[in-house]
Amino acid sequence: MTTAEKTLKSAMKGRTLIIWLDGDIDHHSARELRSRIDTKVFIQRPDELILDLSRVCFMDSSGLGLILGRYAKAAELGIRFKVANPTPEISRILDLAGTQRLIKIENASLRTV
Amino acid sequence: MAKPEPVNQMKCTFPSCSVNEALARSVAASFAAQLNPTCEEVSDIKCAVSEAVTNAIVHGYRDSIGEIVMVLKLESDRTFTAEIRDRGVGIPNVEEAMRPLFTTDPENERSGMGFTIIENFMDSLRVVSSPGKGTRVIMKKKLSMLPLRK
Ligand SMILES: Nc1ncnc2c1ncn2[C@@H]1O[C@H](COP(=O)(O)OP(=O)(O)OP(=O)(O)O)[C@@H](O)[C@H]1O
Ligand SMILES: [Mg+2]
Repeated sequence: MTTAEKTLKSAMKGRTLIIWLDGDIDHHSARELRSRIDTKVFIQRPDELILDLSRVCFMDSSGLGLILGRYAKAAELGIRFKVANPTPEISRILDLAGTQRLIKIENASLRTV
Repeated sequence: MAKPEPVNQMKCTFPSCSVNEALARSVAASFAAQLNPTCEEVSDIKCAVSEAVTNAIVHGYRDSIGEIVMVLKLESDRTFTAEIRDRGVGIPNVEEAMRPLFTTDPENERSGMGFTIIENFMDSLRVVSSPGKGTRVIMKKKLSMLPLRK
């Protein structure tokens, strides 16, 4: 079992698809995470996609690329996009890249399934 | 003030496989642990090392596998240094490469933030590179004042 298979948990709440990422998001894990997220979005066709980052232990610029890439893809498909619950470390990376100008970042507790 | 003395040093060599990104940053974090860094300092070091190692893998060696050398140092003034070297393609214009959002690889969802993250998370960053020869990335961070663990 690969890391991404082990860790990608998701739920549909109404027309919103929530995906809980966890573990380390780096260049090594990003490629598979990307295809797994895109597959879920393709199958569910939600109106809104939320990536919950509360359980991500480590993230670097490859994770930033993954988030910005999912934002771009969602915009293309007319899907609203949000990032939820980034840890303080991840918030610093999102801030450095000015992500909050493009993407809505929400800090609410979204319960898991 | 007395000149800082070397306290400890290590060198490791590994192939440019992406699985070694996590390995390299954990090695750097474990090595720095002997200075009792704060959690924030550890996560800064892990992220900065991960950026440089990932760059060597994805840009330096692109589709080939080459050797990456990581040298870690601790000095008596609580300075942590990490140097990451590759013998890959090199960078034609280092100044341009270090600019925020500059990337030569946007197709693979790179955002050109790696060097900017290192600069922000560490105290200093030096990049020495020549096309065809490879790249050396040297980063330093002075850890907050706590007594050295004996
Ligand atoms: N070791 C290296 N060998 C060759 N080129 C490099 C190396 N490191 C960086 N570069 C060049 O510098 C550019 C900027 O690097 P930086 O890490 O800032 O951004 P990126 O890797 O392109 O994107 P991100 O780090 O956000 O995923 C790269 O696009 C690449 O052209
Ligand atoms: Mg990079």
